[in-house]
Amino acid sequence: MVRTDFDRHLRMLQSDLLILGSMVEKAIAKSLDALKRRDAEGARQVIREDDFIDSKRYNLEEQCIELIATQQPMAGDLRSIITMLHIAVELERMGDYAEGIAKICLMMEGEPPLKPLIDLPRMSEMVTDMLRRSLDSLVHRDTVAALAVCNDDDDVDALYDQVYRELIFFMVQDTNSIQRATYLLWVAHDLERIADRATNIAERVIFMVTGKMTEINVSRY
Amino acid sequence: MVTENFLNLPQTTTAEAAVEPARDATPESVIDVRELQAYYGENRALKDISLSLYSRRVSAIIGPSGCGKSTLVRCLNRMHEMSSGGHVKGEVLYQGENIYGAGVDPVELRSRIGMVFQKPNPFPKSIFENVAFGLKVNGISGNTSERVERSLRRAALWDEVKDRLKQSALQLSGGQQQRLCIARALAVEPEVILMDEPCSALDPMATLAVEELIRELSQEVTIIIVTHNMQQAARVSHHTAFLMMDQDKAGYLVEYGPTSEVFTNPKSEHTEAYITGRFS
Repeated sequence: MVRTDFDRHLRMLQSDLLILGSMVEKAIAKSLDALKRRDAEGARQVIREDDFIDSKRYNLEEQCIELIATQQPMAGDLRSIITMLHIAVELERMGDYAEGIAKICLMMEGEPPLKPLIDLPRMSEMVTDMLRRSLDSLVHRDTVAALAVCNDDDDVDALYDQVYRELIFFMVQDTNSIQRATYLLWVAHDLERIADRATNIAERVIFMVTGKMTEINVSRY
Repeated sequence: MVTENFLNLPQTTTAEAAVEPARDATPESVIDVRELQAYYGENRALKDISLSLYSRRVSAIIGPSGCGKSTLVRCLNRMHEMSSGGHVKGEVLYQGENIYGAGVDPVELRSRIGMVFQKPNPFPKSIFENVAFGLKVNGISGNTSERVERSLRRAALWDEVKDRLKQSALQLSGGQQQRLCIARALAVEPEVILMDEPCSALDPMATLAVEELIRELSQEVTIIIVTHNMQQAARVSHHTAFLMMDQDKAGYLVEYGPTSEVFTNPKSEHTEAYITGRFS
């Protein structure tokens, strides 16, 4: 027996989730780009577009609730829907971090640059890569790939440590840099949190496939 | 001290908490099925069934049509042998004693392991006499009125019928008739009640009333319910057994475990396919 209509809805749900993932990935990249190029208009665009991310998340939640209410999913189907419901929330929060970075970008408008940004864009690439791979692991129901995402969180934490030490060094050297260094520290923290959320997504994928709910990698922050 | 209750929900009482046995509590088995084979003449309907059914829990038996769910439950109080050619091999231990052993009186056994059927089957007698009937058959004397009232109360029917006990049971609605049959089964104070699709002839509201009753009764009685409604099994039972028909047409046990696990993370792909509606 097949459940054509239900299966179609599950596919639509996953496809919408991937669209949300792609929106968030773009928001993260754009926010860092705006920070790097000191592009206030780019930052404002990220802030405006966060409304679309929020609305997509609510739409996904509604779809999940409707499927639970109307289709009475069980076992693997139930785990898939619950997983996607969680992932939608994680993605939306990642979007909020991107929005936060864009807001910091606006706060730094008119301030002289502290230093050329190298590690933060690197960190941004690392976390967007984790996000992309966590969603790939969802599509392929691949627990090995999901586990690898969880393990990569340590690399992001290490880079965060390094950025933190460097920014503290700036503050100690020159008290005029405290405000700008603090802003950049916030950016680094937002990126570090995005990596934690990508880890959460990967953990949910492992739950979806195995039915086991475990915290794979506890972030140091 | 003020206890905060943000959701404005009534607090869980101790009695309510007792309905949900602790997840890690190890239940005591009351019926142990050991390598049971059931036959209709030459045809084997069940093979190699081994499972333990737990005291004061609801166990659901699910599976596709023809997999032997009803046969299994009828083997548990020797009703199966009343079918044409019905016989079994293997053992069914009730409190450690094989019910198919020599010297076991099936009538006495059925007073301890009662049964409620698919369609409500009240006798064309008064509500009172329906419940009192089992007492007479089993030679139970004493205060019949008191026992009838107690049984009707336990079956959550008393308030609806207390003013018309002498009326014919056939005037009750389907749902009330089924609860009357449960009251009739309860009158002889059984330790186990077998229910063979007890809600299949009932409307959704009457079904919910019976399900509520099943959960309530499970605090005192062991209930084994056959149902083709998976949502019902998920709602009412603590443990679930999934049966399937093999290529030789005999039913076998695919999986048996806590309901919460069977319906969220079944071990067998056959169970997964069945409960997600992708069974072929």
